Amino acid sequence: MIRFTATSKRYPGGYEALSNVNFYIPAGQMAFLTGHSGAGKSTLLKLIALLERPSRGQVFINNQNLARISRRRIPYFRRNIGIIFQDHQLLFDRTVFDNVALPLIIAGQPRGEVDRRVRAALDKVGLLGKEKAYPITLSGGEQQRVGIARAVVNKPPLLLADEPTGNLDPTLSTEIMRIFEDFSQVGVTVLVASHDLALISSLPYRRLTLEQGRLSTDSDPAE
Amino acid sequence: MRRTRHAQHKPRSRPRPARSESRRVGLAGRLKTHLLRHAQVFFYTLGQLSRRPTSLLMTAAVIGIALALPTGLHVVLKNAQQLSGGWDEASQISLFLQRGTADSQARRLVSQLEEHPRIRRVHYLSPEEALAEFQRLSGFGDALDTLEENPLPAVVVVQPRLQRNDPATTEALLDELREDPRVDLARLDVQWVKRLYAIMDILRQGVYVLASLLALAVLLVVGNTIRLAIQNRRDEIVIIKLIGGTDAFIRRPFLYTGFWYGLFGGIIAWLLVSISLWILNGPVQKLAALYQNSFTLTGLNTQTTVGLLISGILLGLVGSWIAVGRHLRDIEPG
Repeated sequence: MIRFTATSKRYPGGYEALSNVNFYIPAGQMAFLTGHSGAGKSTLLKLIALLERPSRGQVFINNQNLARISRRRIPYFRRNIGIIFQDHQLLFDRTVFDNVALPLIIAGQPRGEVDRRVRAALDKVGLLGKEKAYPITLSGGEQQRVGIARAVVNKPPLLLADEPTGNLDPTLSTEIMRIFEDFSQVGVTVLVASHDLALISSLPYRRLTLEQGRLSTDSDPAE
Repeated sequence: MRRTRHAQHKPRSRPRPARSESRRVGLAGRLKTHLLRHAQVFFYTLGQLSRRPTSLLMTAAVIGIALALPTGLHVVLKNAQQLSGGWDEASQISLFLQRGTADSQARRLVSQLEEHPRIRRVHYLSPEEALAEFQRLSGFGDALDTLEENPLPAVVVVQPRLQRNDPATTEALLDELREDPRVDLARLDVQWVKRLYAIMDILRQGVYVLASLLALAVLLVVGNTIRLAIQNRRDEIVIIKLIGGTDAFIRRPFLYTGFWYGLFGGIIAWLLVSISLWILNGPVQKLAALYQNSFTLTGLNTQTTVGLLISGILLGLVGSWIAVGRHLRDIEPG
């Protein structure tokens, strides 16, 4: 599903965020991406979501070379990726329902379908009944779950999460991780960037560790 | 518990990209959904604007005033044209006949002229009638009585048939009539009519120049307003781009906002012009009455009104299109 081949990213100004990264994550796998702040985790996720382009090497998503995707095609490409952010990135002037419905509305889904799928997504993250609430009235954990519902509402084959538990206490963090596990169970590829080593260690998933832009370890407890 | 929820979700087996799924809905369904979304955004933007009525009103008023100026001038010019249509009556040719032309000869000339294709009406004034009229109008009645003989020639007043307010043809007719041996003097105050048309031409061009400049002003006003709206919704645009919104999707609400500004601007312009005409109508009628004329200002007809609203809307759309096109690319997530 995700393949990096000798990928490097150098920002204007000379700072090399990623250097010569190689790895492959098969479809349906759940993996963690760890490392200190500034190790290149965010940059790696940005390359996958085409928020940045690599300076060298290539990135393949679903066997598609991202270098071949033109600027015009980027929106359509992003619809196949659910992205979850540390700061949730919710629209605070719209209800929970409208926030979660946004990807479906962008994709031009009919109203009945939008209704059904938003409810299904909210049910999955345990927020059914909060549709009419505004995000500002929700707790941090609930806001994060709205963000997850929005990321999965159009059933993307790939989920990316950037520090999804960054602001949450351990209990809530475990809950969020369990939601990701659920999606992994139904065949979604999940890549979670996190520096919460305590939490990651407790879970039996593959772990990619970045150190100063290089992939230092790639350990998979299943093997 | 959690697993059972999965089971409910599972019938679709594997998650699929959204696009392939929407293809299943069918073209008619997608078109319907698309139109429905447009209608939703259309009214959503109106709702957003109506939440801040003061700022909507102020922007629309600026656009309205800018549109009202050329529209008002256009209406005034139209009225002037109508009025000068009445002045065409004044462009009559007076033929002073040779002294001693017999009455029968003069009558023959009159009937000849009546057959002339470029002449609308002929009025014959015998020397006696001319004298009587002069006495009546000049107030020299008693003084004229002392004259031994009538000093006035017979006069034939010719009303040319005007072809689309073209003074040149009238002048050609004048030259032709001057050639007639029975005519001593032919006179037409054509210079005056010519000048009037020249002035009106300048004014008409002026309206175009003014309209172009003010249209540019409207574009800038709308563009700037939309630019601010884009900056205010920067976060929203970033989020929409992150989750796969196309530029067209992001552009849509701003275009409809521009549409509403233009429409409201057009309506305000219509009100301004109509109120101004209503205020002016009284004094104009008073003035016209002094000239024994019953002239009423013509207001905005349907054609002008529709034209005004459409130009407002078009300027609103184009202004926001330019603003969105310029600023949308600057906002990128990451």
